Formats: sequence, C-alpha cells, structure tokens
Amino acid sequence: MTYFIDGATGPWEVVIGLEVHAQVISRAKLFSGAATAFGAEPNTQVSFIDAAFPGMLPVPNRECIAQAVRTGLGLNARINLASHFDRKNYFYPDLPPGYQISQFTRPIVGKGTIEIELADGSERAIGVTRLHLEQDAGKSLHDQHPSKSYIDLNRAGVALMEIVSDPDLRSPEEAGAYLRKLRSILRYLGTCDGNMEEGSLRADVNVSVRHPGEAEYRTRCEVKNVNSVRFVMQAIEAEAKRQVAVWEANETVEQETRLFDSAMGVTRSMRSKEDAHDYRYFPEPDLPPLVLDPAWVEKLRQGLPELPDARRERFLRDFGLSPYDASVLVAERATAEYFEAVAKGRDAKQAANWITGELFAHLNRSGQGIEESPISAAALGRMLDLIADGTINGKIAKQVFEAMAGSGAGPDAIIAERGLRQVTDEGAIEAAVAKVLAANPDKVGEYRAGKDKLFGFFVGQVMREMKGKGNPALVNEALRRQL
Amino acid sequence: MFSLTLAETAAALRKRQFSASELTETYLAAVEALNPRLNAFITPTPELAREQAAAADRALAAGEAGPLAGIPLGIKDLFCTKGVRTTAASRILAPFVPPYESTVTEHLRRDGAVFLGKTNLDEFAMGSSNITSAFGPVTNPWTRPSDAAPLVPGGSSGGSAAAVAARLALGATATDTGGSIRQPASFCGVAGIKPTYGRCSRWGIVAFASSLDQAGPLARTVEDCALLLNSMAGFDPKDSTSADRQVPDFAAASRRGVKGLRIGVPREYQSDGMPPEIAALWQQGLSWLREAGATLHDVSLPHTKYGLATYYIVAPAEASANLARYDGVRFGARVEGEDLDSMYENTRGAGFGAEVKRRVLIGTYVLSAGYYDAYYLRAQKVRALILRDFLDVFRDVDALLTPTAPSAAFAQGERMDDPVKMYLNDVFTVPANMAGIPGLSVPAGLDARGLPLGLQVLGKPFDEETVLAVGAAVEKAAGFAALPSLRAGEARP
Repeated sequence: MTYFIDGATGPWEVVIGLEVHAQVISRAKLFSGAATAFGAEPNTQVSFIDAAFPGMLPVPNRECIAQAVRTGLGLNARINLASHFDRKNYFYPDLPPGYQISQFTRPIVGKGTIEIELADGSERAIGVTRLHLEQDAGKSLHDQHPSKSYIDLNRAGVALMEIVSDPDLRSPEEAGAYLRKLRSILRYLGTCDGNMEEGSLRADVNVSVRHPGEAEYRTRCEVKNVNSVRFVMQAIEAEAKRQVAVWEANETVEQETRLFDSAMGVTRSMRSKEDAHDYRYFPEPDLPPLVLDPAWVEKLRQGLPELPDARRERFLRDFGLSPYDASVLVAERATAEYFEAVAKGRDAKQAANWITGELFAHLNRSGQGIEESPISAAALGRMLDLIADGTINGKIAKQVFEAMAGSGAGPDAIIAERGLRQVTDEGAIEAAVAKVLAANPDKVGEYRAGKDKLFGFFVGQVMREMKGKGNPALVNEALRRQL
Repeated sequence: MFSLTLAETAAALRKRQFSASELTETYLAAVEALNPRLNAFITPTPELAREQAAAADRALAAGEAGPLAGIPLGIKDLFCTKGVRTTAASRILAPFVPPYESTVTEHLRRDGAVFLGKTNLDEFAMGSSNITSAFGPVTNPWTRPSDAAPLVPGGSSGGSAAAVAARLALGATATDTGGSIRQPASFCGVAGIKPTYGRCSRWGIVAFASSLDQAGPLARTVEDCALLLNSMAGFDPKDSTSADRQVPDFAAASRRGVKGLRIGVPREYQSDGMPPEIAALWQQGLSWLREAGATLHDVSLPHTKYGLATYYIVAPAEASANLARYDGVRFGARVEGEDLDSMYENTRGAGFGAEVKRRVLIGTYVLSAGYYDAYYLRAQKVRALILRDFLDVFRDVDALLTPTAPSAAFAQGERMDDPVKMYLNDVFTVPANMAGIPGLSVPAGLDARGLPLGLQVLGKPFDEETVLAVGAAVEKAAGFAALPSLRAGEARP
C-alpha cells in the first residue's frame, strides 16, 4: 500500500525516521541511587550527583545497563560489548552539570530490526540504526511564579534509551505501526512502561519528501517531542504537506527543528540549523569504557520473555487465528495472556471474537485496560463453555456478557437469576411455532408458495415468543416440520 | 615538638610523651602566628581540630588509636569537608559548605588525623604559583638571602606546601593534575607524591580535569608521605575510575633501599635551557643512587616533548565541562541578571578569575565543532603515545630520576605577564599525569641563592613502592636539613 502526497508537480514520497526516547524501568537513576517513581513531590528524588554538587561522580547502574541490553536483544540488534559514554555540553538550569552524559560515537546497541504489520495484512522490516543510553534532564516549571522559573530535578539523571530508526518509514501509518510495535516490544520486555502521557515514551520525527524514483534524500526537518501515536501520524502528514508546498513554490526546505501544534494540526519552527547548539561532545572522563561480559549478555538473552512476533507466530500456528486477530491479541502482553487463558481447551476463534469484539468494545467504553476488566478470563471461558454445552445460545450470551460486565458476577449466577437457560423442551418449542404460524396465515401462504426467505422471519417470531431462550437448532427443526 | 617528623610524632603520641591536644594547640598557635604572613590557610578550623585532638587522646588512652591519631594536617581547600566551607579558592564557591566529606579526608578522619584547616591553592587548582587564588597569594616561607622579595610557593597546592614547610602542619593533602603536588614540594623544600591515577578516590574533590586529577600527600619526609598515602589511598565504589587494588604498606616500601634497582635517565629531560645548578643536582642525585647500589641507564621518551602542549588541550577541555556546574542555580555564589543568560554571565563573570576563564575558553574552543579532531582527538592520541613511551622504558628500568621543576621558587610578580611562561613550570611533571603514572618530588639541595630544589622520581603504574624507595634513598643521601628562612635556626630532623 503506497502512500503519496499529491502535489501540483506529481506524487511525493514521504521519508520518515523516528528517534524514540524511552524511559528505562529501574528503581534508581542511571548514575545515582536516587529513586525514579513518577509523580513524587518536586525535588524529593534528587541525590547530590543529580544536582551536580562539587566533587560528585557518576557510577553506572547495572540494572539500567541490563535493561538496554535486553531491549537490544529484543530488537534483534547487535550488542556492542565495548561502548562508552560521552558528555554533551549545553547550559540549561534543568541540566545541573551543564552536560548530559550520553553515548555519541559508540552506543551500547547497534543495528537491529522491527517487523511491522499494516492494516492490509502486509508486513515490513524497519531498520533500527542504534540504541544508546543517556540521562534525562530535570523539568523547568514556568507557570509557578510571575517572573521566576522553578526547577524540579526528580527526573534529572533518570535513564533513557534513545532508539533511532533508519529512514525506512514511508507513511504515517507505517510510523504509527512502528511506534506501536516498538512500544509493545518494550512493554513485553519490561524495559519501558511505554506511557506516552507521562512522557516515558517520546518521539522525535524526522521527515523529508521526494519524488518517487529520486535516489537522494532531500533536506529533512525534525519535529521534536511528539507525545502520542496519533500526533506522530498527524505531525508527519502536516510536515510532509508543508514541505511539498515549499518545494512546489520553488523554494528550499531548510534543515531545522520544529514543534507540532496538535490543536492547529501544523508544525512550527523552533530553531534553525544556524542556531543549533554545538554540543562539544567528548568522552566522559569520569567513566571508564563500558565493557560487557559476553556470558552476562547471554544470561540476559536466556531470561528474555516470549516477544510479540514469536507469540503471534504461535497464535497463528496453534490457534488458527487470522493474522489480523493475532496481531491485535499479541500487541499487549496482558491481552495475549488473557486470550490464552480463555482459549485454552476451547474454540480459540470464538474466544478471539468475543475478546476483540464484545470485550474490547466494553473496555473502550469504560476506559479500562484489560488488567482492570470486570470479566475475568475464567468467567469469559465459563460463559463460552455454557454456549458450547447448550445452556445458553449465542444471542442470550450477549445479554449474559453485558450483565457480567455490569455487575462482575459469574455467568452461572446471572443465568440462574434471570432465567436465561436455553429452552430445549420440544413441546414448548412446538407450541410456540404453532402459535406463530396461526398468527401469520398470510405469511405461511407466501412461504408455502415458494418465498423461502420468510423462514428467517418465522425464526425471529418464534424466538421473540420464547424471549430469546429457544434452542436455535430445535426451533429450526420444529419450523421446518410444521411448515 | 616541631622538630619531629610525622612518623616520630605518631610514635611519641603513642608513648604519651605529649597529648594530641597539646600537639594540636602548639600547631594551632603556629598557624595563628604565621598564617597572616603566609596566607597558607583560607579557613583555619581550630574548633574542629580541638575536637578531633580530644577524640584522638581518648582513642590513644583506650589503645584504639588509628595510625594517624592526633596528627595535625592541612587539607587543601579542594577536598569537600562536611560542614566546613570548601572554596576551591574561587569566589564562586566562597559561600559553599558541603554536606558531605570527600573519601580521602574521610579515610584520614577514620585513621584519627586532626584537621587544622583548609589550605590555600590556585583557583580550582589552575596555576603554578598560587597567584590565582581568590583569597590572595600564598607566600613561600623561603626567601632569597639577597633580597626580601616574597616568593611564590608553587602551585596549585601552594598553601599545603607552604604550611608543611613552615611547620604549620605535619602533613597536608594535595592534588596533582599537571604537577600541583610535586612542583610546590620542590619550591618549598618538602616531599610530595602524586600516586598512580586511580589509587586515591576523586569522590568529593572539586574536579579540575577528571582524567588527570589525583590526590596525594605533602609532608616533610618521604616516609611521612608514605604514611599519609597509606591512609588516603584505596578503592572507592563511588569513583568509577578508582582502582580496585590492595593498598600495600607504603611506609615499609619507603625503607627498602635501592640496591639492584635500575634507574632510567630520560635524555629528553636534558634541555639546553636547563639552569646548570639544576643539571648538576640531577647528576648528583644519580650519583647518590649509584652509590646506594642502583644502576643507571639512559632511556628515551620521544613523545615527552609533546606533553605540555597536549596537557594544555586535555586539561582545559575537561575543565570547561567540569566547571559548567558553577552557574549560580543550586549552590555557591549567584549574581542576578535580567534573564537566564545574563544571570549565567554575571555569576560566572564575577565568580571566576582570569586564569579560570582563560582555561574555560581554551577548553571550549578545542572541543568545538571543526576543531575537536585537530586538537582534542589528536591530543588524546599523543597521550596514548606518551604512556606507551613510559611502558616501553619500564620494561628495562624500575624508575626514572629527573628534576622536578625547571627553576627554584620565583618572586611574586615575576613571570606573571605571560601565561605560557607560567605553564612551562609543569614541563617535567605533566607527562606523569598524561600517562597516569606515579611521581614523587624530594628535596635534594639548595640553589646558589639558598632556595630548595627537588628531584622527581617516576615509576610504573601502581608501583608507588619503588618510587618511595628511590625517593627515600635520594632523601637520605641529600641529607637535606636546611630550614626555610621563616624557621631558620630551629632544629631539623
């Protein structure tokens, strides 16, 4: 599925690369023992190292290093057994030392790949250029005082992974799929919670455009700090259209950093190349090179959980799901586990349909995640058992499901309380059929004259007469007999 | 009491010949009397000293005294001391009282030492004459008999060296980034050792150039330095560059002698411009070692000549980043401004002296886009070659002997017009920092004008033991007994 922007001079291809900043899940910061919990009172999670007091020195946190390695392994990437940290120098009050410790020339993780699936069922492999570790900065609060800015250093020094993609993405949809897939992998690995609202996952989007067939990339612009998948997709479209307009006006796109205004749906210039910082990178002299023991890396590899791609393969193979259903169900680890619990020993396709249909619809309406679902996997599974053994039919099951979602009660209790058990008494069914036929003599005549389509009408009438509880197979049988 | 060395004082305290409190009062009185003339201490800490002395007396009485119990020391004002103002001799840190104790001074406290106060230095340890201190220059206790001009004590650890030479302390902590322990030791007629990079923790020491900074002691004798180093050294998990190695018995090593040792004489240190009396003293030192049983070997360190030039790229580069944290935002002095940038400019403009500003500018320049490869990257490559030179010669020799500095102490005001001339003071000391190897300066004689001159011993990485042994042999042969003018006439051990 090719995405082009139609311009006056013909179609334009969009070239996109993403730089994703993912906050590492770890109790302590990258180079200090201070805590990292979100939402703490300002400046309560700050060590003297984070505040860059004189004589303080960074000490790498082993768990943060392990998380970066796990992520690299999860991205099928090369783990660099020797890497080093660099200082990136710039002045800002929320950057206490006046430099960020980052990795510039030798990152901990090199080339990798992320497989994305698109809505039309196609798949693409997107290259990952590198992953490096760096410190987050603190936060400047400009709205607390009329003339002063306040600084909160709780976030200063928290470990981030910067994950850079190759310029392989060609449409907003692909960028969205890449970001969702990356987020899914990080969450499976437990290396980043992927929470974009809290800022634990943020994306910088590099966009350029060119005519199809052009060999070289044109000048790109970087749209900074976009904080949702939807905004990333909107920002790409807005920025690509802006660039097309610039080129088609016979002007030149200037390399610059831009911000996305989600309210107006446009990107705005933040700073041009001329104003770009000279970060004066140089190797961090307070830290020796980071050398990893191959055996330790191997141990981390052994400890990796099953990742979305492997799980998807397994769902396709073992459960016979459609590729689309499989992708949807594996995206979140909790969903996949829920599905497996429901599907185990049952009709997996039926389980998938209930989860992706009724359950997702309910959770969307209530704004809940699957972890908070009022219907447990066991309860949903029991309901499917009750359909299978004929206790309820599919139609009644929807009523039972709604009642379970509302009250949290189990299916057996709801069926007993509301008298929803399916009627299989042939006498009762025959009587209901007879009553319906007697009430509709003209329709019976039409049917008998060859209007077969009316059979469905009679089924509906009989089911209504029986308040939906008739066993559908027995109802059909009785109708055929009496008609 | 003043005539005793640190080792002798420690023994006398154990024999209860005098108490730690008596000793401390004696030294405090000397500080009070002479510091106004020398300016060796920025912040005397008599109350802290008395508390520590009382604690040492209790420990001595209980038989639980640490090896340095009751020993009065000066602490270079670059070491953060909990609750005691730590200035780095800069206006920008003038109000700074650290809430933590540096690892090195923590070790000294653990072993019972008494802190008489924080000693003066060049601002942020940048200088070779102690002229750049925001708290005024230190005066060398030595003077030239020919004139009364106040002399510099060397730098950057000028306050520590002057305090030890003038007998205001039995020893002092110091740091050495390009010669800041050894050059003032030479200028003031005391001993000082810069150990191997990584031997002492840098945690809690105000950073100048992280890859070069190393703490070490200044004291009257080589053995005293060894005793202090035994306490100061040791692995520290809080400093990722500190070495996870056992600390040997340095004091015992200093008594080993040099019989059978191979001493290298690097030919690149023999320059035409070297004053004849320094060249002569060097030859004398080599003769002493040969007489004590060592063999002498000519060696070559071809990249040494680039040491100074590359040092003045690497050190300012690291300093420019290390000093970025002094921005007036969280601690230290702030000068308000209309907006953020003017607050930065005002704070740093008023807070830093001219030499610090010069080095921050040089460092920023050499790291800039387009210059990084030509300066910083190339300097790091040369640095690797300097280390390789040393490792090559240390396959054939055990230690090197060189002069410490190209001159004796000069007068305050001399050589102040040209920063590059001042930088040349470090020409013999800088290579050891660039290579990270240990270096020691020991007083070996007086020049024609009666000023002390030191000789430098360089050794293999983590082989301070041999360096101390060689230094002690030179010390013994030199029998250096002269006292600074300020203390002339008193007995010298």
